[in-house]
Amino acid sequence: MEQPQIDVAYIAKLAKLDLTVEETERFSADLNQVLGYVAQLEQWDTTDVPPMYHPLPVFDAVREDVPGTSLSNEAAVANAPAAEDGQFRVPKVVESAH
Amino acid sequence: MLNGSISYWRNQLTTGAITPTELVEEISRSIEAHNPAVNAYISWDKESALAAAAKADLSLPLGGIPIAIKDNICIQGAPTRCASRILDNFRSPYDATAITRLRAAGAIPFGRANMDEFAMGSFGKNSAYGATDNPAAPGHVPGGSSSGSAAAVAGGMAIAALGSDTGGSIRQPASHCGIVGMKPTYGRVSRYGLVAFASSLDQIGPLTQNVEDAALLLNALCGHDEKDSTSSTEPTTDFTAGLGQSIKGARIGLPKEYLSEGNDPAVTAALQTAVQKLTELGAEIVEISLPHAEAVVAAYYIIACAEASSNLSRFDGIRYGHRAEGTNGLDDLYSRSRAEGFGPEVKRRIILGTYVLSSGFYDAYYAKAQKVRALVAQDFAAAFEQVDFILGPVAPTPAPALEGADMTPLQIYLADIYTIPANLAGLPGISVPCPQAEGARPVGVQLLGRHFAEVDLLRVASALEGALS
Repeated sequence: MEQPQIDVAYIAKLAKLDLTVEETERFSADLNQVLGYVAQLEQWDTTDVPPMYHPLPVFDAVREDVPGTSLSNEAAVANAPAAEDGQFRVPKVVESAH
Repeated sequence: MLNGSISYWRNQLTTGAITPTELVEEISRSIEAHNPAVNAYISWDKESALAAAAKADLSLPLGGIPIAIKDNICIQGAPTRCASRILDNFRSPYDATAITRLRAAGAIPFGRANMDEFAMGSFGKNSAYGATDNPAAPGHVPGGSSSGSAAAVAGGMAIAALGSDTGGSIRQPASHCGIVGMKPTYGRVSRYGLVAFASSLDQIGPLTQNVEDAALLLNALCGHDEKDSTSSTEPTTDFTAGLGQSIKGARIGLPKEYLSEGNDPAVTAALQTAVQKLTELGAEIVEISLPHAEAVVAAYYIIACAEASSNLSRFDGIRYGHRAEGTNGLDDLYSRSRAEGFGPEVKRRIILGTYVLSSGFYDAYYAKAQKVRALVAQDFAAAFEQVDFILGPVAPTPAPALEGADMTPLQIYLADIYTIPANLAGLPGISVPCPQAEGARPVGVQLLGRHFAEVDLLRVASALEGALS
């Protein structure tokens, strides 16, 4: 595999992480080293090997569709950094029409 | 300094030699005396432990026994910070199922054990609440990520503790601190209320002073939970059933790939001692091969970071956790809250995980790693046709110094080579301490078993423990 230089600034945007210039440089160096190492996976022949997403097969893991107890509204918002009237406060996300 | 196993203290409690309240007081005194130097705990709530002790039901199997809990396992009303600034003010609104089950067995959750932030680390140094010292080798790391759990038990500040193990985070600190640490089969213990790092790898388990205590805690912890769809419906039994039984005729595989010249001489010597003791006990040591042993670190760090980047997207500064001040719009709020709340290793892994899942790289990294994971699991399936157990090192070296030469992230990741396979394949594994010369750092050896074969695994582990002591 051609070793790509990871574009940390772009990936940080996807991950919604506001990195400093110093962090971006440090992570670029660290992760390019890690990616150089993991490129060795190429050497293992995985033709016709199904990907393993889970250690053990689990099927039909659904419980009975019976309502149980849930967190109270008060408990659900108790950890919110900003809440009002039992609801989470968020910045305005819809622009007003001009 | 508090000594004595779960069975010792249960005996003291049931004979009336000590009351549950006195035991909580005794542990509190030990924490107050030793924690300032060791930093095994981030917080502890003596009042609620005393309230639980006052109502302790000594007829239950763990009645009146306080257990230290890693800071990423939710306890209702208690801080559950995952050693991260982002959860500094978080108090869990509910109990993890593991906690519910401990309480049902009579145990008292007491103390939030320090850890590497979000369980990402091998040395306990990635905690927003400071590094933890190793009571069994002062000035050295206790291992990680269940650093505080191991240090609390090794330092006489807890009788036993819960940790979580995603790539060795129970077994490796147990080895570095000279105690027993066990990762049960994936699915044995419900992950409900364990703050998710890598959901297909995470498993809760015990860190204890001996093998019997690990079995006693499994008795309380294991069982299906409808709140965790990946928890197993496999029947649970009395996990102490095999303790003290003969291991004559047991076939124990020694992977030739694990006898690396890169292992520290103390690790090699511990392995040789274990082989000799197991042979004396009548077990048959068989050389086996795990052909993909070399691939596990690469596959693991892709899979674990991919899952982590997804799991940690929930920390958005909206529903819980840290929120940055003075932000400009929703995207800025997310990006700055996360930047201020997460530490460097967590950020690094989120970036790596996001990268391997991103368009154009998914097949080369993530899909490839999942296929190699299948090959690793096939290696174990083939090995367990030949043998009943697998013996190996826990870590390539004893605990490094707390203030040592800086290692690169890759160098740190590579030391997980012997513990990662059990997580990739979902197997149960246990670290058993191997006695060292006075003043030497602790070293453990690791035993792996077939899926759901904990009773057998504990039988061999306890026989080995007996022969080593």
